[in-house]
Amino acid sequence: MNPYTNTVGGEWYRQRLTGTMFCVIGVFMVLIGRLFYLQVMEGEEYRRLSENNCIRLQRIAAPRGGIYDRHGVLLADNRPSFDLSIVLKDAEPLADTVKKLARYTGIPEKEIFEKIQKGKRGGAYKPVLLKEDIGRDMLAVIEANHFDLPGIAVDFKPRRQYMHGRTASHLLGYLGEINEEELKSGNYPEVRGGELVGKYGIEKSGGPFLRGRKGGRQVEVNARGQVVRVLDIVDAVPGHNLYLTIDLRLQQAAEVLLSGKVGALVALEPDSGKVIAMASMPGFDQNRFIKGISYPDWNALISNPDRPLENKAVQGEYPPASTYKIVTALAGLEEGVADLKSTAFCPGYYRFGDRIFRCWRRGGHGTVNVTGALAVSCDVYFYQLGQKLGVDRLAEYARACGLGAPTGIDLPHESAGLIPTALWKKKRTGVPWQKGETLSIAIGQGYNLVTPLQMAVLTAAVANGGTLYRPALLEKAVSAGGETVKAFEKEIIGSIPVRPEHLEIVKRGLWEVVNGSRGTARLARIEHVDISGKTGTAQVISRKKGDRSYSKKLADRHKPHAWFVAYGSKGEKKIAVAVIIEHGEHGSGTAAPIARDFIRAALLGQYPRQSENEIKATGE
Amino acid sequence: MFDRRLIQHFDWGLLLLTIMLCSLGLTVLSSAVSGSNSSFQKIFFLKQWIWYGAGGLVMSLFFLVDYKYMDRWAYVIYGGSVLLLLAVLFLGKTAGGSRRWLAMGPFTLQPSEVVKIAVIIVLARCFSRRMKSGGLGFRDLFLPFVLVLIPFVLIVKQPDLGTGMVVLLIAGSMTLFVKIEKRTFVFLLIIAAIAAGSGWFFLKEYQKQRIMTFLNPDRDPLGAGYHIIQSKIAIGSGQISGKGFYRGTQNILSFLPEQHTDFIFSVLAEEWGFAGSVLLHLLFMILIVWGLNIAYHCRNAFATILAVGSCAMIFWQAVINLGMVMGLMPVVGVPLPLISYGGSSVLTIMICIGILMNVSMRRFVSE
Repeated sequence: MNPYTNTVGGEWYRQRLTGTMFCVIGVFMVLIGRLFYLQVMEGEEYRRLSENNCIRLQRIAAPRGGIYDRHGVLLADNRPSFDLSIVLKDAEPLADTVKKLARYTGIPEKEIFEKIQKGKRGGAYKPVLLKEDIGRDMLAVIEANHFDLPGIAVDFKPRRQYMHGRTASHLLGYLGEINEEELKSGNYPEVRGGELVGKYGIEKSGGPFLRGRKGGRQVEVNARGQVVRVLDIVDAVPGHNLYLTIDLRLQQAAEVLLSGKVGALVALEPDSGKVIAMASMPGFDQNRFIKGISYPDWNALISNPDRPLENKAVQGEYPPASTYKIVTALAGLEEGVADLKSTAFCPGYYRFGDRIFRCWRRGGHGTVNVTGALAVSCDVYFYQLGQKLGVDRLAEYARACGLGAPTGIDLPHESAGLIPTALWKKKRTGVPWQKGETLSIAIGQGYNLVTPLQMAVLTAAVANGGTLYRPALLEKAVSAGGETVKAFEKEIIGSIPVRPEHLEIVKRGLWEVVNGSRGTARLARIEHVDISGKTGTAQVISRKKGDRSYSKKLADRHKPHAWFVAYGSKGEKKIAVAVIIEHGEHGSGTAAPIARDFIRAALLGQYPRQSENEIKATGE
Repeated sequence: MFDRRLIQHFDWGLLLLTIMLCSLGLTVLSSAVSGSNSSFQKIFFLKQWIWYGAGGLVMSLFFLVDYKYMDRWAYVIYGGSVLLLLAVLFLGKTAGGSRRWLAMGPFTLQPSEVVKIAVIIVLARCFSRRMKSGGLGFRDLFLPFVLVLIPFVLIVKQPDLGTGMVVLLIAGSMTLFVKIEKRTFVFLLIIAAIAAGSGWFFLKEYQKQRIMTFLNPDRDPLGAGYHIIQSKIAIGSGQISGKGFYRGTQNILSFLPEQHTDFIFSVLAEEWGFAGSVLLHLLFMILIVWGLNIAYHCRNAFATILAVGSCAMIFWQAVINLGMVMGLMPVVGVPLPLISYGGSSVLTIMICIGILMNVSMRRFVSE
């Protein structure tokens, strides 16, 4: 049968069509009935509303959630502020109103007209912003002369305030006007142009919690722009309060210890991954961002060679230097190329082919085993270990230890670092891997790059027996009504892939770094606290000898970075710390004492002494 | 061979109705864009002329080509438009947080509009092979169900819930028209109720929020809720005779949102009053009843269902849009057929009318 000739049999579908027609006519009658109601019965009322054009829409900003430290100490809050604006339609006669306004407020007439000129494209009914955040004096004058100033409106708006100046500036971040790209991204569904969103730090990553939902008010106004009647109101929903895992006093202690230096300190709770403190120096003053930072200020911040806007703890990438020997030792033990008994002799250098690789100690360390090599940070021992392991096996362990990939902390712009493999180099540069490069890698130089946070996570894992936790900043998010919306849960992101006995050997080596008779970080000892750690001195650039233009300043810039990673405990209290000081020369001399003083504050409650003024002076 | 009877049977009445609606559309659009001084908006008016012209061409194509070819090529047409939908998911232009458009030179194409036509054609083919006086059973419904589900999911993913709903409504109307077995129908209703209930239970909180906002736009007082009150003021203030052409104040002062697209009826109602609004409603009503009458006189199963599907599409879009601007329905981005500005919308409605003309002038074929 040709389906095309398939015809409709019988008359039943005609009945259905007739029924459908009546349905259609019925629906249109309902619509026309609605028209009758709107246009004929209620028409007059709507005509009145439209002629006066008296419906105004007012936004009710949602107060942004506060930010607290782990003990509930307030870090960021809102304060009331008032914005001055004008509705052109209601401000007639305009020249007159502006003249009076200028007289009452002291804002020059010219400036007001300029603002109006710029803002009037939105239509005669949209308020044009004249001045943000007016002072209480101006507010009082305007309120008192309200009847003399038609069309002038003062809007209340909560504004951000950071309670502790520059403290934790990178961590808390700042707000800024939403940009085109963010508007298009779809991540800010309820935010409109001109509104503020988190741009950096917790303000950005915690934005969905902090933001809340704005409300609105439909009001009827009279001819002078004053509200006669509120037609509809939907209240704003305030944002959630965030409680961070950081401890404000320890955060301040870290910043005091780092002041005047360029670098970062990260401290974690080894058994949960909670960040106790995260400091990066130099910092900036978040309060300057609130009203929109000025161009020169911004320029000064971004052209500063010490990168004050960068959170070095998560964005800074540094060669791990000798701290990387933890990874090399773990890999060597687990792969069976080293054990407690096997030793190497260090005469101060290591000959590889026709090249000489030096140990940091010219005179050499003599015969050392793995714990001894860690304690004295003997390069020669680790050159040999690296050579036996090869770059790719070493990279596998480094990655398993959380290096070379972002840790997943809730902060924007986290860097991944870099753990090189032979394949990576071939792809990147086209040149095959050179065996000698493996030696540099084994002591944490060469292409290796890590962030201080990654080193802190690794150090914490060594301390807790091998578990890598995702570093966490959020203790809990609490709604304005006091309900906990989200609570901290520890999250395992990996584990150090070695047997417990091998980890124990490395831990003994790290203990000797601080407590052994030849340890490189004997400076870091504290009475009553058990500390283990590892120093590192990261070469920045190979120094060209005889270069005449080599100034003192440049010489400072070429000094190696100083590392110290450590963990310590006193009773139940445990902590893991990573410190880097850019161009600090030696890990043992510069970074280790800072870590020590921080641990002393954290575990013994002995805080470093430095007055507020000094922080301000040196933090710039 | 070309049949002379085709010309004799040409549906002049339907053409006249279409021309009247288009003229009305252009008139209102010229007023809607007059409020703005920017040449950017004036361009809408010129573009709409082009769209009507292009629509006329596409319409001719759809009534000149015998509908038996639509029947024959139904699955190819359907497959092609689903491919377009897939393309938009990967290559589409993003605007307002959703991917709906494919760029084609200076114009953009909205594949979800094209897919509505494809669904009508493929369902007509599907049902014409299955329909029986007792109604469709489960087995008959399976294929149509899948054929509708695929484009629906793709459209909702864009996300464009409004168009997705229109597709469902069209498909639902067509299915109900060809009749479902009573037992099956009752069973389906129960299944749907259970699915909706348990689905709600499994949804995440934010998904529930999104659905709630869709159903009740007053939750966003500055967005959709505001539009509705302004739209109601505009319509109501037209009273019986309207404020007069070009005299609408709500529109001129840019109170109305998107006055040239979804809210264009508010402009018409304000300027032309109850008289003009009723005229527009009657035009739409006559157009749809006219289309159903064409189906009534057709003896071919495929063509009958095709005509019913085309009518369903015009009907639902008109009713949803009018109901929305009058505050009877939630705010869904559905344009008013032939009146709202927008190429894809004009083209698809013109295609529907072309299909109706096609069926109308070939009704002698099986007589």
